[in-house]
Amino acid sequence: MDSNFKTELVEAIILAHQNLEGPLLPILHSIQEEFGLISEDAMRLVASKLNITRAEVYGVVSFYHDYRQKPAGRHVLKLCRAEACQSMGSEENAARLLARLGLDWGETTPDGRLTVEPIYCLGLCACAPSAMLDGEIHARLDAAGLEALALEAL
Amino acid sequence: MHFYVPCDAVAIATGADKIAAAIAAQAARRGLDVQITRNGSRGMFWLEPLVELVTPEGRVGFGPMTLADVPGLFEEAANHPKAVGLVEQIPFFAKQQRLTFARCGVIDPLNLGDYIAHGGYVGLAHAIKLGAAGICAEVKDSGLRGRGGAGFPTGVKWETVRTAPGDQKYVVCNADEGDSGTFADRMMMEGDPFCLIEGMTIAGLATGATKGYVYIRSEYPHSIRTMNKAIALARRANLLGADVMDSGHTFDLEVFVGAGAYVCGEETALLDSLEGKRGQVRAKPPIPALVGLFGKPTVINNAISLFTIPVILEKGAKHYADFGMGRSRGTMPVQIAGNVKHGGLFEVAFGVTLGEIINDIAGGTATGRPVRAVQAGGPLGAYFPPSLFDTEYDYEAFTRRNGLIGHGGLVVFDDSVDMAKMARFAMEFCAHESCGKCTPCRIGSTRGVEVIDKIIAGVEPEKNIALVHDLCETMKFGSLCALGGFTPYPVLSAIAHFPEDFSKSAIKLAAE
Repeated sequence: MDSNFKTELVEAIILAHQNLEGPLLPILHSIQEEFGLISEDAMRLVASKLNITRAEVYGVVSFYHDYRQKPAGRHVLKLCRAEACQSMGSEENAARLLARLGLDWGETTPDGRLTVEPIYCLGLCACAPSAMLDGEIHARLDAAGLEALALEAL
Repeated sequence: MHFYVPCDAVAIATGADKIAAAIAAQAARRGLDVQITRNGSRGMFWLEPLVELVTPEGRVGFGPMTLADVPGLFEEAANHPKAVGLVEQIPFFAKQQRLTFARCGVIDPLNLGDYIAHGGYVGLAHAIKLGAAGICAEVKDSGLRGRGGAGFPTGVKWETVRTAPGDQKYVVCNADEGDSGTFADRMMMEGDPFCLIEGMTIAGLATGATKGYVYIRSEYPHSIRTMNKAIALARRANLLGADVMDSGHTFDLEVFVGAGAYVCGEETALLDSLEGKRGQVRAKPPIPALVGLFGKPTVINNAISLFTIPVILEKGAKHYADFGMGRSRGTMPVQIAGNVKHGGLFEVAFGVTLGEIINDIAGGTATGRPVRAVQAGGPLGAYFPPSLFDTEYDYEAFTRRNGLIGHGGLVVFDDSVDMAKMARFAMEFCAHESCGKCTPCRIGSTRGVEVIDKIIAGVEPEKNIALVHDLCETMKFGSLCALGGFTPYPVLSAIAHFPEDFSKSAIKLAAE
């Protein structure tokens, strides 16, 4: 069981969104914002409160790239891998950074400080390559810039 | 002194917030009274952060600004090393025909008074007088076609929803702008959000819909924040709600945040996502105009289509239709991105050629190397070699060249690009983002990656290239939506125009 899970908090989140026409995604966004992931307990509670099956909730959680079922590192670095960033060398820069950190895409450093994930387009395509660190966006990241950004989080 | 410092995501990602703070600090140190307005972006992204200073001659620009450049703004500004002169006279800007983007970068996005002073809500006032049928006719006459890429006439869609029976109808704005190389929706949501509210309200009036949703991708946090604030302001000003502008019509809006699924940019997947389901594509028919959100008649339009509605209703259908060529009427916000010297947003009437955009307007590549390929229309769009740069920017002209204009994105690559790798990426992306509903897309994309890997490895390249062609035919004609159906465009165009990249390994092997 997720040690941080608080039934009352999840219930409050569900209650706050229940009047929406399509409440499931907003509820899941809020749960993840609060707990950093969507645990099995949370899914069970959401299913019972919305009167849908656990399979439906799990189906949604597992479909969307944004939702996590496992916790991420303390910092999350999302590197754009889409074409515009590729045209400016993002793949080479990312490969170098991952090798330096000893990580593959989606993995977290052993000390739990940094997770590196792919993202497909931040809409900053004329100032590529771009990345997002803990929700903050960065553009024109050459190899040195990317390394400096990652070091901020380490 | 009155400064403008953009709050657009590109400006922020290149340091605009720090520049704005530094200007304020510098002014305080000098005991000067300054006004700093956070505007949208002008769309000249190579100059971001682009600071503008109001002068009697007009707004003068400085960019790309760094913190070290800030003190100089208070000295002899004309001799500032980053001075670019009057912003609206910069050729990239001066050459445009800005209709949809007329206010973007000019006004304070969250100042309703500013919006109204620049022509805002004239369109809605006119629409209220015209009535539902009149609005639909006006939009039809403007020739506006869906700016998401499919190019379906917007007025025809609205007319279908207007005449569909239903106790509840919806207007849905597709701002799930996932195509690499596109940022028009984002710029407008951050630079002129009331324009979308006005456009959607007009759509509501035209069709009898009382409720609207703006579906924004989660990768656009700044757009989400700005739209939410603008909606709250519009409600307070009686521009949304039970009696919009005292017209007796009800219309209200909500922002809905996506969750990182590219396929939700497909309209029916988007509707399922809005309903709280997996974003899976629906089979058509029924069309969303008749059976849409929660089974109700629904207008679902691309954000740029809706952003263009106010100017059509403000200046009239004819004014808009007078721009453009053939069946592509009006203007297109072309988004120039990737390895490009002058990247950004260039709104222009249809008919300009690809070469004019890439070479003359954008100035070629950022690296200074020759342009080798341009991907037009996002990850599902074709790669164009310079030999096809005479292609006119027009829905039909692109189709004739086996391409598509899509949402208007252009991604430039220099001669270091490996087109076999890009073809592989197209398949890989499709596999990563497939909703899984139909087999050609779900399985075909994964098989596509495997076969292209074989070609790259030099394993029976001719036989495997034939296999890719065959697979692409299946995906094209057998997929439910554009994800599986259009992934063949980048793949086949890469093979057709850059065959040397697919036989390198074979040549290398033969030479050994």
